[in-house]
Amino acid sequence: MRKSRISAVAAMAAAAALALTGCGGSGDEAGAGDTVKIGIKFDQPGLGFKDGDKFTGFDVDVAKYVANELGFAEDKIEWVSAPSANRETLLETNQVDMILATYSITDSRKERVAFAGPYFVAGQDLLVRTDDSSITGPDTLKGKKLCSVTGSTSAKKVSDTYPGVALVEQGGYADCLGLLETGGIDAVTTDDIILAGLAATEANKGKFKVVGNTFTEELYGVGLNKENTTCEDVNTAITKMIDSGEWEKSLKANTEGTGYTPNAKLNPPTPAPCA
Amino acid sequence: MQGYLSLWDQYGEKMLSAFWGNLQLTFWAALASLVLGTILALMRISPVPSFRAFGTAYVNIFRNTPLTIIMAFGVLVLFGVFQVQFNSDFDLNFFQIAILGLSIYHAAFVCEAIRSGVNTVPLGQAEAARAIGLSFLPAAWLVILPQAFRGAIAPLGNVLIALIKNTTVAVAGSVTEISGVMKEMLEIRSDVGILIFFTIAVLFVIVVIPVGVLTTYLSKKLAVAR
Repeated sequence: MRKSRISAVAAMAAAAALALTGCGGSGDEAGAGDTVKIGIKFDQPGLGFKDGDKFTGFDVDVAKYVANELGFAEDKIEWVSAPSANRETLLETNQVDMILATYSITDSRKERVAFAGPYFVAGQDLLVRTDDSSITGPDTLKGKKLCSVTGSTSAKKVSDTYPGVALVEQGGYADCLGLLETGGIDAVTTDDIILAGLAATEANKGKFKVVGNTFTEELYGVGLNKENTTCEDVNTAITKMIDSGEWEKSLKANTEGTGYTPNAKLNPPTPAPCA
Repeated sequence: MQGYLSLWDQYGEKMLSAFWGNLQLTFWAALASLVLGTILALMRISPVPSFRAFGTAYVNIFRNTPLTIIMAFGVLVLFGVFQVQFNSDFDLNFFQIAILGLSIYHAAFVCEAIRSGVNTVPLGQAEAARAIGLSFLPAAWLVILPQAFRGAIAPLGNVLIALIKNTTVAVAGSVTEISGVMKEMLEIRSDVGILIFFTIAVLFVIVVIPVGVLTTYLSKKLAVAR
C-alpha cells in the first residue's frame, strides 16, 4: 500500500514536470518570432518610467523608434525592467533583445556585451533648489553637501575628484530629492538628463533646477548581446531618428519646464561603427 | 582569473576598509544593544506593571519594524528634517546614526534572548533570593541575571550573527560599508559579475563561522548544571 502510493505520487510529479516543460517550450518559440523584448528602467522619470500600464520617457521613445525601424510595431514590444546591476546578465542570457536604460558605453561593459549608438551624450551635472544661486558647477561645491546613489559612477566621480565635498549616499534619487527639498543637502549629482527627468515630474515641478555645467561625458548606448546581428540596423535607426527631428522632439517633451538643454557640442551624437 | 585579480588590485583596499566599517558597526551596536536589551529584559521581568508594559511595547514595535525603515528614518527624518547632528564630522554623523538604528533594533532581540535565559532559571532561585532579603534589583543582578546570561549564550550568539549581517543595511544610512562597495564594483566592474558576490559572501562567512563556533562552545561550557 505504502509503496504504491509513493510511486503514484512520483508518476504524477513526472507527468506534471513533462506538461510544464512542454508548455514552456512552445510558449518561448512562439514569443521569439514576433515580439521584441526591450530592457528599460521602470523608475526613472523622463527616461524610462512605468506609469500604470504605460511606459514613458526618452529611452522609451528611442526604443519605440528603433523597434519600429527593425519591423516591430509598438504593440509587439515587451518591456522588461532592467535595473543597473542586472543589465549585462539580461543581455548575456537573452532575456532581453536590447537595453536602453541610461546605459553608458564603457570598456569593462564591452567585455560582456555589445553596444550600438550612442544615441545621447549625457554628462554629470548638479541639481539644486531653484532659489539657490551659490552653486554653479563642481568648483563651487566646497563645504556643500551632496547626494548621489550608492555605488553609482556619479558618486565615485565626486568622491574621487572632489575630496572636500560631503557626500550622502542613498538608495535612489527620490530619496536624494527628498533630502534636497528639506534642506538636509545642497545638491544632487548624476547625469544631467536623469536630473532633468526627475525635476520635470509633476510633484517636483518648479522646485529644482539643473545647473547646466557638465563635468563628465557619458555616452548612452543600446546594449546588445555580443552575438547580435542587429547592431548596424540599430545605428541606422538612431541616425534616422535624429535626422527626422523625432529625437529632438522627444527630448524636449521629456524635460519640459526644467530649463534643461543637452550639451550642444556633443548632441546629437553620431553612432559609432559596430565592432 | 586575470580580471578577478585586477578587481583586487583596484578594490582590495577599499573592500577591506569598508568591511572593517561593518565590523566597527557590529562592535558598537552589539555593545549598545546588549546594554539596552538587558535594561529592557529587566523591565519585562520587573514587578512594576508600567515597566513591563513599556518593555513589551518596545519589543513588539521594534522587532516588527523592518531595519531598512529604521535606517531610512535615521537619514531622511532625523538628519533630513530635524537636522540632528551627533557629530560635527559629516561622515561620522551617519556612522553614529547607523549605530543608533542597529542598536535600537537589535536591543529588542537581545531582550528576548535574555528573557529566554531568565526562563531557564528555576523559580526557586528568585524565591530564595527574596527570602534572604534581596529586593528586586539586587536579586536580579546577583542571582537571576548571571544564571540567565549563561543560559542565553546560544540565542545571544544568534543575535550577534544576525547583527553582523544586518550591518549591510547601514548602506541605506549613507555609511561606507561593504554592500555599498559591492554596488559600486558591480557598476564599474561588471565584467567580473558574480565573483563580486562570492567575494563578499566569503568575507562574511570568515567572520560569522568563528562566532558561531565560539558561542556554541561557550554555551556548553558555561551552561548551569542542574
